[in-house]
Amino acid sequence: MPDASGKVEINCTVNSEARTLHVFPMARLLDVLREELRLTGTKEGCGEGECGACSVLIDGALVNSCLVPVLQVEGALIKTIEGVATGEQLHVVQEAFIACGGAQCGICTPGMVIAAVNLLERTPNPNEAEIRAGLAGNLCRCTGYMKIFEAVVKACQSSSTTKTQRHREEPGI
Amino acid sequence: MKDESEQMKIVGRPVPRKEGRDKVTGQARYVDDLHFPEMLYGATVRSAEARGRIKSISFGGDLPWDEFVIVTAKDIPGENCVALILLDQPYLADEFVNHPEEPIVLLAHPDKYLLEEARRNVRIEIESLPAIFSLRDSVNQKEIVWGEDNVFKTYMVEKGNVDETWERADFIIEGEYETGAQEQLYIENNGVIAIASPADGVTVWGSMQCPYYIHKALLKLFGLPEDKIRVVQTETGGGFGGKEEYPSMIAGHAALLAWKSGRPVKIVYDRAEDMAATTKRHPSWTKHRTAVTRDGKLLGMEIEFVVDGGAYATLSAVVLSRGTIHAAGPYFCPNVRIKSRAVATNAPPHGAFRGFGAPQSIFALERHLNKVARELGLSPEEFRRRNFIHEGETTATNQVINEKVDMEGLLNRAFELTDYQAKQMRFAELNKNSRQKKGIGFASFMHGAGFTGSGEKFLESVVGAEATSEGRVRILAASTEIGQGTNTIFAQIAAEALHLDYDAIEVAKPDTGNVPNSGPTVASRTCMIVGKLVESAALGLKQTLVNCGLLSENYTQPDFERACRSYIEQYGALKSFSKYKAPPGINWDDEKYEGDAYGAYAWAVYVAEVTVDMVTYEARVDDFVAVQEVGKVIHPVLAAGQIEGGVAQGIGYTLFENVVWGNGRMVNNQMTNYIIPTAADIPPIRVFFEENPYAYGPAGAKGIGELPMDGAAPAILNAIENATGVSINHIPLMPESIMEALGGERA
Amino acid sequence: MFLADERGAWKPFAGGTDLMVLFEAGKLLHKKFVNIWNLPELRGIEVTTEHVTLGALTTYTEVQANETLQEEFPMLCQAASETGGLAIQNRGTLGGNIANASPAGDSPPALLVYDAELELVSARGSRFVPYHGFHTGYKQMLMRADELIKSIRLPRRTETRHHYYRKVGTRKAQAISKICFAGVAQMNGDQIRDVRIALGSVAPVVVRCQKTEDVLRNQKVDATTVSAARAELAREISPIDDIRSTANYRLQVALNVLEDFLTNL
Repeated sequence: MPDASGKVEINCTVNSEARTLHVFPMARLLDVLREELRLTGTKEGCGEGECGACSVLIDGALVNSCLVPVLQVEGALIKTIEGVATGEQLHVVQEAFIACGGAQCGICTPGMVIAAVNLLERTPNPNEAEIRAGLAGNLCRCTGYMKIFEAVVKACQSSSTTKTQRHREEPGI
Repeated sequence: MKDESEQMKIVGRPVPRKEGRDKVTGQARYVDDLHFPEMLYGATVRSAEARGRIKSISFGGDLPWDEFVIVTAKDIPGENCVALILLDQPYLADEFVNHPEEPIVLLAHPDKYLLEEARRNVRIEIESLPAIFSLRDSVNQKEIVWGEDNVFKTYMVEKGNVDETWERADFIIEGEYETGAQEQLYIENNGVIAIASPADGVTVWGSMQCPYYIHKALLKLFGLPEDKIRVVQTETGGGFGGKEEYPSMIAGHAALLAWKSGRPVKIVYDRAEDMAATTKRHPSWTKHRTAVTRDGKLLGMEIEFVVDGGAYATLSAVVLSRGTIHAAGPYFCPNVRIKSRAVATNAPPHGAFRGFGAPQSIFALERHLNKVARELGLSPEEFRRRNFIHEGETTATNQVINEKVDMEGLLNRAFELTDYQAKQMRFAELNKNSRQKKGIGFASFMHGAGFTGSGEKFLESVVGAEATSEGRVRILAASTEIGQGTNTIFAQIAAEALHLDYDAIEVAKPDTGNVPNSGPTVASRTCMIVGKLVESAALGLKQTLVNCGLLSENYTQPDFERACRSYIEQYGALKSFSKYKAPPGINWDDEKYEGDAYGAYAWAVYVAEVTVDMVTYEARVDDFVAVQEVGKVIHPVLAAGQIEGGVAQGIGYTLFENVVWGNGRMVNNQMTNYIIPTAADIPPIRVFFEENPYAYGPAGAKGIGELPMDGAAPAILNAIENATGVSINHIPLMPESIMEALGGERA
Repeated sequence: MFLADERGAWKPFAGGTDLMVLFEAGKLLHKKFVNIWNLPELRGIEVTTEHVTLGALTTYTEVQANETLQEEFPMLCQAASETGGLAIQNRGTLGGNIANASPAGDSPPALLVYDAELELVSARGSRFVPYHGFHTGYKQMLMRADELIKSIRLPRRTETRHHYYRKVGTRKAQAISKICFAGVAQMNGDQIRDVRIALGSVAPVVVRCQKTEDVLRNQKVDATTVSAARAELAREISPIDDIRSTANYRLQVALNVLEDFLTNL
């Protein structure tokens, strides 16, 4: 129940860290991430679910955080761009975005990386149509998308190489 | 030249983008990611009328108005005008408003939700005056809304004698062409943070292309000395011209609120405000009259080119200039007259957008030449082959082309890569029994790099190179990284010049308190013009070390580091500056608008393959090939990324992006209703470079930023004509227009 | 329940893909919403011999993944796949789309031709209403202020049917439709035995085009039939000009799409 100021307590997990938030229930998850938690990697491009710059994962599903009122994340597992790399070790998608020129101005990049990570979790070896569909909710004005597609393909290749190597190194699996 | 470029170790290689890691991890800090203690949020109250006289301003609603910082024109300490070319645009309208969304009142408050309520409760009473909303009404002077005749600027280019060609001509072909507005739609909206006080002056952090433009504008707004104004670029989420001049406005607004409140003030627009209130590409109208001989040679070209500048002069004169100079294209014609005008309407000022007038006039030309070819009974390619410009021939401004131009080679390569002729035949066959009509078309064009004419001479850009105490080199320039790769290519150019590792070069953040004025980040000039200054400033650093006896000509990286350290220990800071000098033999006559318009051009042929669905009248691009000669390619991945991104914006300009106007105001000012292409809409864009090193560019490079914006629209419309047999001469070309052009023909 | 207490004061709130935009959540913070996103009673897809019942909170992603829907109600899956992008599909719900009552919704035409019924619940109990006729005018519907859409029920059919769905927007993804067509037909040799046609964005509500259906029923698909059907459809719909398109375009394309549907039977 809301307190005198109208705020409520919300418990959720953000990038593997348990968080207790004291927030307005209808505050946008986007604003809570950026302003309360200072996780400013998630960007606002349009505020109406059109551009995907604010993409995050809630319980593994891609969402636009500008359209999620924070009261709906009680008990949820949230992953933002800040939680994609493991310490200093970049995710293969991040490595591939750098290598292929998938990031230019960088403002759509956090959302695009999140969408690409989510795509590869659902579809480890996507074809072109699947890549296009998986990223269609994330607008980019710089790249014309070609280098982003290349990055996704490269990320698949390098993650399958990593898996094969692991397979070879660990006999019995 | 070829051997030398093969020896290059860093230029021409796909080194990792300098700020790439920060961008892919979300660590890059854009202006809205910054928070200052005690910071207020600022908002702009704007005009709902297109034109009128302000009668009263009142503050309604049940709101604690005494908590708000309120700024009107009367609070401005210096001059109430945005310093650019002319001084006609106020920061805050005082008595008259001249366009919808014109700023009138500024508000600031610590609570942004309350601020928004307050913004909606400022009542501004305006007595409306007659307004005009189209280029045609402005030209016809239906109402005079600016100056004496609605005209911001005119140019006249005259080569040979056009008037005497009409009689000699075997054919005279006329045509009219129109282009609409286009929103830059950078994904990061305009935003700034300012702190200001009479004692410490004004400091602004923000999303921008041109820190020194803002610096100049704030000097006038506050009437302060130069060293009391400091402008710092934060990571910038796209510009495309949209952050060339507009940031001077929003920076001034935040600074005025900060000045009055004594607290930091952040203004970040939301998407609706950014789209409705900030600049767009100039709408245009072009008329061609062309004299040709029976054997397909151009005799005379008369071109009338008009752009709609919106309510204030801003950059319209220079947009018009670039559009004018590119209007006759990469062809040799002995007699050319180009008359051009930028006129006023009561829309928010139109402004810089990638291509800067050239996409408009090139669209007209490349559609028109297809018409000329058709009337001559020649194929579009054959007609162009007979008229392409060659080395030693003159452009419309009588510039003798001194580079080895090979438009025909570019055309041949583009045709081979697309299997052009065979496809054209195959499509004609397929189309007979199909509701999906396929077509292929192309455009050939050029784009000049750097400021027009004597522009670069007046700019007198300066770049610095500084040795750090670790023996690294830091580049000091005001040229901004806005996604195109400034940081990366500057480091490559300096590293190559100094024979150092790429990682040994840093690029300083543009901050007018710390970097010299290397000019604005516009006009495809950053690589070719500023990059050359980076190269010479870096070499100057080395020369100083050599001259002091601290470094021999054959040095290793550790030698260089040691030399820098020794220098700094002995003499203090080590910096080298390089100032722009025009290459020899460049002459421009501003009066006659004649001479060497640009130091170098990039040359290109683009091919589009389309399908028009006769059920829905939708056109889609199935394949796109971009072949261009751009001098030496500094970074193959970044360069291809520039071309692909520009082509995608061009495809949007042509088939998707329709600014819907209602009395001078953009009414579809949401991403939901102003449609840019998604990942599902863009065809494969295949990019090919020819390299012909330019002697006065860094490592031989020319400019490429704007070039890719020019070719998509005419190539696509030429392809649609090929598919449907119907000639359409305006963009954006929405399915609604295709339907009308086909006469509502049944599927 | 909140809905029963203060009639009309509280608005049910599901995935937020429409309401958060209207609410301008980034700018204003008040207004009363009741969060239904986490109600398990409104979730899940249930398949019986007679019906497929979709909880009102079934998301577009869940619609696309359901095998029975893919097989028997493919247009609903196609509509779901063409609604917004993936992030919208993960949050947007069928019930929300119906309650938002946009004439430009992507799923409603498919629901109409599949004879969907809605189950409405309130503190007083529950009732079924046909979806056809549910929307009575622009953003108007036959639902009381204290009622909530609980589920959408689709009758299963055994006969072979032709399904034809076409959304026309400016781009391939993340588009709001200019027109949206759903047609389903059952053939008897070269004759149309039964047919249902619905169109979005051509009237204040998504419409079933029953007069056009009447013209087509028991007819052979030939030029005369196509022409008669086009003429009837032109009378039956009333598209308008707006910032997304023109009345004329919507009309012509609706007729062309109808013809494309018929000639592909």
